[in-house]
Amino acid sequence: MIEVKNISKSFGGTHVLKDVSATFEKGKVNFIIGRSGSGKSVLTKCTVGLLEPDLGHVFFDGRDFTTMNRKERKEIRKEIGMLFQGGALFDSMTVSENIKFPLKMFSDMDETRMSARVRDCLSRVELEGQGDKFPAELSGGMQKRVGIARAISMNPKYLFCDEPNSGLDPQTAIVIDNLILDITNEYGMTTVVVSHDMNSVIEASDTIHFIHNGEIAFKGDNADMMVSDSQTLNDFIYASKLMQKLRDTSSYKNK
Amino acid sequence: MATVLHRPEKGKIFRRQLVKEMSIIGIESIGIVALLSVFMGAVMCLQTAHQISGWIPVYTIGFTVRQTMILEFSPTLIPVILAGKIGSNIASQLGTMRVTEQIDALEIMGVNSAGFLVLPKIIAGFVCIPVLVIMSMALGVSSGAVIALITGVSSMADFEYGLQVDFASYDVVYALIKTTIFALIMTSVSAYHGYYTSGGAIEVAKSSTKAVVYSVVIIMLTNLVLTKLLLT
Repeated sequence: MIEVKNISKSFGGTHVLKDVSATFEKGKVNFIIGRSGSGKSVLTKCTVGLLEPDLGHVFFDGRDFTTMNRKERKEIRKEIGMLFQGGALFDSMTVSENIKFPLKMFSDMDETRMSARVRDCLSRVELEGQGDKFPAELSGGMQKRVGIARAISMNPKYLFCDEPNSGLDPQTAIVIDNLILDITNEYGMTTVVVSHDMNSVIEASDTIHFIHNGEIAFKGDNADMMVSDSQTLNDFIYASKLMQKLRDTSSYKNK
Repeated sequence: MATVLHRPEKGKIFRRQLVKEMSIIGIESIGIVALLSVFMGAVMCLQTAHQISGWIPVYTIGFTVRQTMILEFSPTLIPVILAGKIGSNIASQLGTMRVTEQIDALEIMGVNSAGFLVLPKIIAGFVCIPVLVIMSMALGVSSGAVIALITGVSSMADFEYGLQVDFASYDVVYALIKTTIFALIMTSVSAYHGYYTSGGAIEVAKSSTKAVVYSVVIIMLTNLVLTKLLLT
């Protein structure tokens, strides 16, 4: 479980996060949603330590990450996997080398076991036989899947996904959503997904945190979200005509 | 950037990175350094021959080629040229890794990204650039001798005498001290600009330009200070 307590973060006088608290539960896919610029990526970066919060604390299973020194943080980070928006694959390495990299850095596995682990991870994301390719030779969806394979190679306890479906077609997006859902259930990870893709939220979320103007404006699950009377949340969810039609024709309006 | 000097996570992987960087910074620069040094030595020989007449002895040609190559061209201008080649390479590589979140990915894994990416480049520059400069000195002087013989502006005996006259081995030491400091400046300034890039492609290009410009300016200022400190 990850607990974020009273996080505030400013950039040059602009308050991006204002006293944000959230709990991301173990074995669940926890979504952070919100408009572009609402602060969801900053919250994620503060949580994993890529940005230092001005105030507040982050606890990984009760361990206060914000007060740790560099060495202690390194140990926590070995338990974290992250899928970046653009994949962030090392473009000078092949797919296999990308997945093997954290194993080489932090495990005591010999070459045979590492290769077996790479094959397992590639098989898990349905990319068998693609290990010798370079990231530039892969499609966007395949790069995301390699990113997931690399993120899970060390069997992380915590998985962060920053807009995993951005730039993908709807079918590939569903493949990625299902993959995140499956591996979360399979490995019992605490998964945090940052997204503004409502299809993904509906498909894959267990819990949802909606950020508006740097504050948590809603916490709950899918069903709660659809019947929420928060105007800002409804404006976000039903921004597209498709969602408006869905609302008008679905049972949600009758609840 | 202080984390650059932290102990690497895995020695074996660090050594592999170092060999890769030595190849990029050292081996891949041999061609340009050789080309420039050969032509510079040859031109220096012809220019000096053109200037001397009457009471100035012919051995001055060998003397001038030696002094020019050892004191300034090889230790200062070669690093300035390499600042363009290597500096832009370092800054654009690190800048691209920054804006595509590859550096963040390393940090998230628990890797000391500055130590993993920057330190091998600094060490590679520290080791390889002085070797390139020694090569440049040798090639410049040799090409001067060859062009003197081909064009007949000096006999080999006069040229050799010019190479030996008033030779002070301290000049080579001075040149290598300068080169080593310039190598550190070039690699660290370029790495700094690349590592702290933020934004997109335009910012990567700006970082690359800044890396070269700042490296050259700092090298020139340092050259002035070092010359004053070490030679006068």
